[in-house]
Amino acid sequence: MQSRERHSGIVAGRLEPDALVENFTDLHEPLADHEAQVAADRCYFCYDAPCMTACPTSIDIPMFIRQIVTGTPKAAAKTIFDQNILGGMCARVCPTETLCEEVCVREIAEGKPVEIGRLQRYATDTLMTESAHPYTRGEATGKTVAVVGAGPAGLSAAHRLAMLGHEVTLFDAREKLGGLNEFGIASYKSTEDFAQKEVDWLLSIGGIQVQSGQKLGQEITLDGLKADFDAVFLSIGLGGVNSLRAEGVDLDGVDDAVDFIAKLRQCDDLSTLPIGRNVVVIGGGMTAVDAAVQAKLLGAQNVTMAYRRGKDRMGASVFEQDLATSKGVTILYNAQPSAVLGEGTCSEVVFEYTAEVDGSLKGTGEMIHVAADQVLVAIGQTLLGAPEGLTIEGGKIAVDVFGKTTVENVWAGGDCASGGDDLTVTAVAEGRDAAMDIHAVLMGEG
Amino acid sequence: MADLTSEFCGIKSPNPFWLASAPPTDKEYNVRRAFEAGWGGVVWKTLGEEGPPVVNVNGPRYGAIFGADRRLLGLNNIELITDRPLEVNLAEMTRVKKDYPDRALVASVMVPCDEKSWKDILPRIAETGCDGFELNFGCPHGMAERGMGSAVGQVPEYIEMVTRWCKEATGLPIIVKLTPNISNILLPAEAAKRGGADAVSLINTINSIVGVNLDSFSPEPMIDGKGTHGGYCGPAVKPIAMNMVAEIARNPETRDLPISGIGGVTTWRDAAEFLALGAGNVQVCTAVMTYGFKVVEEMISGLSEYLDSKGMTSVAELSGKAVPNVTDWQYLNLNHVTKAVIDQDECISCGRCYAACEDTSHQAISMTADRVFEVMDDECVACNLCVNVCPIEGCITMKTLEPGDLDARTGQTVSSESSDWTKHPNNPSFVAAE
Repeated sequence: MQSRERHSGIVAGRLEPDALVENFTDLHEPLADHEAQVAADRCYFCYDAPCMTACPTSIDIPMFIRQIVTGTPKAAAKTIFDQNILGGMCARVCPTETLCEEVCVREIAEGKPVEIGRLQRYATDTLMTESAHPYTRGEATGKTVAVVGAGPAGLSAAHRLAMLGHEVTLFDAREKLGGLNEFGIASYKSTEDFAQKEVDWLLSIGGIQVQSGQKLGQEITLDGLKADFDAVFLSIGLGGVNSLRAEGVDLDGVDDAVDFIAKLRQCDDLSTLPIGRNVVVIGGGMTAVDAAVQAKLLGAQNVTMAYRRGKDRMGASVFEQDLATSKGVTILYNAQPSAVLGEGTCSEVVFEYTAEVDGSLKGTGEMIHVAADQVLVAIGQTLLGAPEGLTIEGGKIAVDVFGKTTVENVWAGGDCASGGDDLTVTAVAEGRDAAMDIHAVLMGEG
Repeated sequence: MADLTSEFCGIKSPNPFWLASAPPTDKEYNVRRAFEAGWGGVVWKTLGEEGPPVVNVNGPRYGAIFGADRRLLGLNNIELITDRPLEVNLAEMTRVKKDYPDRALVASVMVPCDEKSWKDILPRIAETGCDGFELNFGCPHGMAERGMGSAVGQVPEYIEMVTRWCKEATGLPIIVKLTPNISNILLPAEAAKRGGADAVSLINTINSIVGVNLDSFSPEPMIDGKGTHGGYCGPAVKPIAMNMVAEIARNPETRDLPISGIGGVTTWRDAAEFLALGAGNVQVCTAVMTYGFKVVEEMISGLSEYLDSKGMTSVAELSGKAVPNVTDWQYLNLNHVTKAVIDQDECISCGRCYAACEDTSHQAISMTADRVFEVMDDECVACNLCVNVCPIEGCITMKTLEPGDLDARTGQTVSSESSDWTKHPNNPSFVAAE
């Protein structure tokens, strides 16, 4: 197939298949044994370690690294999984640069932290490829729990509940489990179908019955679940996307970045996936970066990521911003979209430069036109389809520190619930903690 | 620039860095390359008696322990003395010495413990033009089972006897190589001196098992499922070697005996430390077995720069410089009071000092919620453990209290008088001056 690198419009096959494969390989190569030893040896085994405090799942990082040093990576993995059953995915997608690695004392001392994320991947990969599932179920409790949504929070809760001896039914609206792990993460962060392999590995503990294609509010209802199960855990994520309020957003070529990322993740042959020549991504978070970088990797000639505020306010970490620019993405700061222009199909986006005056954002009147045959919108997601009766707070299901909603026997966690950052690792922590609280309540200890 | 020329028990060499008798000095090819690389001298791999040469194992000869990044810290070997015919070694030594007359060439020798064996072989070896002999009384494995090596070195009377035979057999300098596998290094050193030795060299390797294979349950290195104790050397043995060198250097009976320092010399600094403790030169093995001959360039430049920085013009000036300060515990000044001080600008808040002090020492470091670590002077006994475990060099230091300062721990002011255990009232042997 001839390369269509400089074709205008949204076309497939801009790059040769080999180039696409190369572009979408692992962002961080897995550590080889010796590399892992060298990286692990840099850990100082800090007292009351800051990295551990910074981890939303409180993994005992110094301990698992020491276990790697002593040649027992599977024991290291067990230390990780005890706190975070999705430690394999978190090792790949955690913004470690703003969590554990940011507070590593060697980051502070030398600007070069211990590579905690990659070491975590080394340990978890070793166990997951070489050994059977490391957990067994406790004595059956006879209690049943419905977990709605098989993303990170739901998977984490389901595993912990099953481990504690409860009978879990795991519902998901889609046919494929994994939630954002499967549909929402940049491909180069989770290669070789890792998300599905991890789901299968997690489910192999047993005691988790999967019901896919079951959407809350359609095939299943909260009232029905409450009647059928002893407890319900909601981890339905944020199903909606914020829409852009600007002239011309209905033009062809204007898409949701979330859909683009999901399509890309589910695509078996990237040379069939169309991408624009001039792509504009609107937004400043991780989703925007994932979309922009992948647009570039698919062969878009010019990719501009536009964010309405300054660099320091951007949701994506400096590491992510640097990743984007290193792949050739242009980041336009302080630019808010005012119109998408085109005849039937978009051709350019008009931005107005902004300035933050006394904390509020104002247009400066200065405009800039950016050519765009494709616009990807990534300006945030919203809660969609939350059942009636639940208290909604700041656009999310209100929960207490244990994940309890205002409705009896209903817990919630992950992106759909209040509190915590919208991160995989935070969702895992919330799922785990809610599971522990459900267990306590069901066993009469709560 | 300092003159690195060395004269060790009458043997001259352009620098004090010799290669120890070991695999690197086993043959002409290696020794020529070593001399080209700049080594001041070599002690040729130990020669045995004429006849069928010894045989070595055909499996692994070495085992190792490692530090970070697989840095080799200790090496253990079960190799025997040269396994090449005597005449081949002698011919090669002759050629090498002829081509490198300015370098020291010393023959290491190990033959059965009888007068004839030693007296026959030394004159023959002397014909090579070698500058002296090193009597191998050290190897702890293999040859010791045959009554040689450390089997001789562990019996001072044998050392004295053999050394005397050798002195009778040759006019060349005799260096006696000592084994560390003995309780008191002074006994063999004194025996060597009584026998007429011109110098001693130490240490030979330490008896050791370097590792155990936890699958086959055999010591490493493993030969067909079995292992044996071997000789341990490398950076890990340096502290043991330096103590033994210092003991000989400060012992009244042996203090005038030249010492060739051996044991883990890896850098110029290691060499300088051995020299300061009384060595006249050093011998190196594991460092070249790890990094190759080239390391001598760093040793030469480093020692030279160091001597210049100290205003010393020769190696001899450094030799023994630290010996007067090596003393017994009982003479250490008990009125010398120090306290650990943490430099808050350097501290990276890892908390290792805290864990070490709190869990294993004197609970003298405090920790705040925001990870500030400070020394509590009223608890600090100045043990130095926090300094040793701190990953940042120079972050924690020991501050010496001045006379008149209050020691917050004891509540007493620091005395300007030096006073040691011999004068301490708690010492049962102490008799107050009348």
